[in-house]
Amino acid sequence: MLAPVAHVLPLTTLRRERLLPIPGRVVVRLDQKVMPVDVIAEANFGQAHILLDVVAGLGVSEEIADTLVQVRTGDRVEEGQVVAARGGLFRKNVRSPRSGRVVAVGSGQILLEVGEGTYELRAGLPGVVTRLIPERGAEITMNGALIEGVWGNGRVDVGLMLPLLSSPGDPLTADRIDVSLRGSVLLCGTCSDAAALRAANELPVRGLILGSISSALLPLAMQISYPVVVLDGFDRRAMNAAAYRLLTTNSKREVTANGEPYNCYTGARPEIIIPLPVSEEAPQPRHVESFASGQQVRLVRAPDAGRVGTLVTLLPGLTAMPNGLRLPAGEVRLEGGEQVAVPLVNLEVLG
Amino acid sequence: MPTSLVDADSLLVVDVGAATTRATHFDVVEGYYRFIASGQAASTAIAPFKNVGEGVHQAIRNLEAVTGRTLLDTNLRLIIPSQGGSGVDTFAATISAGPAIKTVVVGLLADVSFESAQRLARTTYTRVVEAIGMNDRRKPEEQIDNILRLRPDLILVAGGTDGGATRSMQRILETIGLACYLLPPDKRPALLFAGNQALVPEVKASFKSLTASLSIGANLRPTLETEDLLPAQRILADLYAHIRMNQIGGVEELGAWAGGNLMPTAYAQGRIIRFLSQIYDPRKGVLGIDIGASAATVAASFGGELTLGVYPQLGLGEGLSGLLGYTSLEDILRWLPLDIPADVVQDYLYQKSLYPTSIPATAEDLALEQALARQTLYLAMNAASKDFSPCARRLAPGMTPYFEPILAGGSAITHVPTRGQSLLILLDAIQPVGVTTLILDQNNLLPALGAAANLNAILPIQVLESGAFLGLATVVAPLSSSRPGTPLLRAQLVYENGNESRLEVKPGALEILPLPIGQSARLYLEPLHHADVGFGPGRGGSMTVNGTAMGVIVDGRGRPLRFPADQAHRRELLKKWLWTVGG
Repeated sequence: MLAPVAHVLPLTTLRRERLLPIPGRVVVRLDQKVMPVDVIAEANFGQAHILLDVVAGLGVSEEIADTLVQVRTGDRVEEGQVVAARGGLFRKNVRSPRSGRVVAVGSGQILLEVGEGTYELRAGLPGVVTRLIPERGAEITMNGALIEGVWGNGRVDVGLMLPLLSSPGDPLTADRIDVSLRGSVLLCGTCSDAAALRAANELPVRGLILGSISSALLPLAMQISYPVVVLDGFDRRAMNAAAYRLLTTNSKREVTANGEPYNCYTGARPEIIIPLPVSEEAPQPRHVESFASGQQVRLVRAPDAGRVGTLVTLLPGLTAMPNGLRLPAGEVRLEGGEQVAVPLVNLEVLG
Repeated sequence: MPTSLVDADSLLVVDVGAATTRATHFDVVEGYYRFIASGQAASTAIAPFKNVGEGVHQAIRNLEAVTGRTLLDTNLRLIIPSQGGSGVDTFAATISAGPAIKTVVVGLLADVSFESAQRLARTTYTRVVEAIGMNDRRKPEEQIDNILRLRPDLILVAGGTDGGATRSMQRILETIGLACYLLPPDKRPALLFAGNQALVPEVKASFKSLTASLSIGANLRPTLETEDLLPAQRILADLYAHIRMNQIGGVEELGAWAGGNLMPTAYAQGRIIRFLSQIYDPRKGVLGIDIGASAATVAASFGGELTLGVYPQLGLGEGLSGLLGYTSLEDILRWLPLDIPADVVQDYLYQKSLYPTSIPATAEDLALEQALARQTLYLAMNAASKDFSPCARRLAPGMTPYFEPILAGGSAITHVPTRGQSLLILLDAIQPVGVTTLILDQNNLLPALGAAANLNAILPIQVLESGAFLGLATVVAPLSSSRPGTPLLRAQLVYENGNESRLEVKPGALEILPLPIGQSARLYLEPLHHADVGFGPGRGGSMTVNGTAMGVIVDGRGRPLRFPADQAHRRELLKKWLWTVGG
C-alpha cells in the first residue's frame, strides 16, 4: 500500500525549480549563492485595464469609430494623449486617462493596460543556482536539514532559531516573549494564545515554528508579518518527536522558515530548512514509499495523534478498531515502548 | 439462459475519487450480468504523483488479487478485449478527483438565464468564482480584471431566449472575449455557450481561438418560461473530462482506455437515478445521495426529470477547512451525542482537511465524522431541494418530497460500524416523509452503472436486480401535530408465516419492526389523530414490504427534527435514538 511521506531529514539535498507564472527576466547567474528572500526573476504585468468607448466618445458608429482610432495594439500611450479623434465642425477626441499600453483595438473600443507592476520571484530557500531557466526562473540546490510542515501563512524569512520549549508540547504564551528574542525564529510546541502571536509581531521576530496551533488563530496568523510554520496540526498536539529532536539539536543555527501554504495538488508545503556543510552531496528526499516494517511513522489521528513510532508489522486482513470499524492496519511501536494497532490510512512515513 | 447474453461483454469501470480509486468488475454469471468484485487503492491525483495512473493500476491489481483474473499486461496496459480468461471486453471510467473547476457564470437576467447557468454549474464539480450578468454594475474593465485575476478553468455562458434580442448578450460576450484574449494562451479557459442560438455563429467565430475548448449547447432557456439543462449538462460532462485531462496526469490515458466513456462521477450517478425514476412508481421520486471526499452529491429524479446537485464545498476531504463558511459550529454540534467542545470540532475540521483519507479510530472521532456527514448531507439536501422539479409531491411545503427508494453512497455512510448508524445518519440528514426504502450502495456501484449504461443497457438493470445493493430499512415517517404522549400511528406487520408484530408509536419515538432480508410481510398502517403517512390525514393503508437489514423503522420524531434546548438532554436523546437502532 502506498504511503504518504512527510520529510524530517537531518541531511538531504534539495533541488527546486522556481518559476515565474508568466515569462519575464532571470536576474541571478549560475553558481550564485542566494538566500530565501532574494529575488531570482521578475516579470512585468499590467495591474489593471481601462476600456475606452470610442463610439460614445466621438458620437459615431462602430465602423466609423474604428477608422478614427489613432493608436495600435502594442503602442505605449501617455496620460492625456489623444487616442481617437473626429475632425470637422464639431471636433471631438478621446484621450487616454492614464499612461499605459494599448492591448486591443476594435469594435469601437480601445483597451489599455495601465499601472504596470513587477512580479518578483524569490528564491524561497538558501542555496546555489545550479540551472537557469530562460525567461522563467532557476533551479536552486542546497544541502541541509529539511522538516516539512502542514500549514503556513505564506511568508518566508531567515533567522537564528531559538527554542522556547523544554518539551514538545510546551505552549507559547505572551509572557514568554521578550526583547531578547527580537529577530530570531522561535521554536515552540503549541499555540492557542492570540496575544503571543501579536507580541511576537511587535518585536518583531523572523519566524515561528510550532507543533500545532489552534485553528481559531489562523485568521490572525495570516495577518502577521513573520512566517508561521505549523508542523503537525491544529489540535494542541505536541510537536512530533522526530522534528523536535532535529530542530532542538540545531538550535541557534540559521534556519529558513518557509510558510508556503500546503497544496496537495502541487505538492507545495511549508517547511523548515537548515543549511549544513557537507563533504559530499546527500541523497535527495524520497517522495514515494510503500508501507513496510521498520519505517518511522507519524500517527495522524486520535488516540495517539502526532506521536511517532516504528512500523513493526503490517497486520493481515482487517483489524477491529475501538470504535468498531474494521480496517487494514499496522502494528506500531511508539516511542516509549507501547505497541498499538493503527489503521494504515492514519499513518504517514517520516523520511 | 438468455441467448442474447451468451457472448456478452464483461465490463470494468474505474472511478477515480479524491481519496479512493475503485475498479469494479461486472460479468455474466449464469446468463445474467452480475457485480463480480471491486478493488480499491488510494487515489494518486495529488502530489507527489500528480497522475491518476498509479492509483488506477493499484486498484486494478487489487481487483486482480480478489478475482484471480489478469486485467493488466506486464506493461500495465489494460487487456482489452478479453483474451482467454484475461482482460475485459469493455471499459468505462468516472472521475471526481481534482480541485473544483473554477467557473465563471454568465447570464442575462438574474432570475432567468443567470439562474439556469448557476444550476448547470452545480451539476458537476465546479466552484463559481465570478458571475457576470446584464445588471452587473461594474465596468467591463473591472470584470476583465477580475477574470484575469481568477484565471478560471471554465466559462459557462447562457442568456437570451431563442429569437430574442442579442445586443446585451453581445456586449457581455465582448467583455468575456477580451478577458480570454488577455490571458496567456496556455491559461485560457474552456467555454460552453448555451444561450440564444442566433449568436452561435458569432460565438464560434470569435471564441474558437480564444478558449482552450469551445462547446456549443442548446439554449438553457429557449423561452422565458422553459428551462432545458439536459443537453448542456451532457456537454458540460464532456468538458469536465477534457479539463481534467489537461489538469491531471494520467486522465488522458484513462480516457483513451475508456474510448470516450469517461464522465464525471456525479453525472454517471445522475444518469442511473434518472433511469430508475422512469421505471419506479411515477408518483414518487428516486433519490441518490453520496457524501465523498470531493463533494456531496444529490441526484433526485421525478418521472425522468433529474435534478443533479454537486457541492464540492460540502465534501468531507480537503475542503472541510472551509465548511464553516457554509454552516455554523452549532449546527454541527447539534448532531453530537458526546460532549465535545466547539473549538475541538473546529480544529478537527482543519486537521481532517490535511488528511482526507484518514479514518476515525476512536468513538469521539467517529461521532464527529458522523456529525459532519449528517450536516453536509443536510445542507446538500436543502440546497438541492430548491431545484427539485415542481412536480415533486410533498406531504407538506418545506418537507422532503416523497421518494422511493433512497439510495445512499459514500464511505461516511456505508462504512460504519453498525447498520443502525448508517440508518440514523440518513434519517437525520434527509428526514424522509411518508413510506420509503433506504438502500446502501456499499460498493459504490451507482456511478459505475451510470457509466456502464452507455455501453450496455441491460447490465445496469440486471445488476440492480441482483441484490448487489443492501436494503437498509423500510421507513415510515408520519407527519403529525399530536401532543406528546398521544399515539400518532398504529403499525402492524403480518409475516409470511402468519405471525404478527404490532406497535403504537408516540410523538418523538423511533421504533423497529424486525423483517430480515429474504422475507416479506404485509405492513398495515393506521394513522391516528390526523397523522399522515402519505395516504392523507388520518387515512391508513397497507403494502407489501421486503426484508432489509434493519427491518421496518417507524420514525415518529417529527419533521423537521427538533432538539431540546438543554444540551445534556439533547445528547441523551441522540444516545437513546442510537441505542434504539442498535448502537
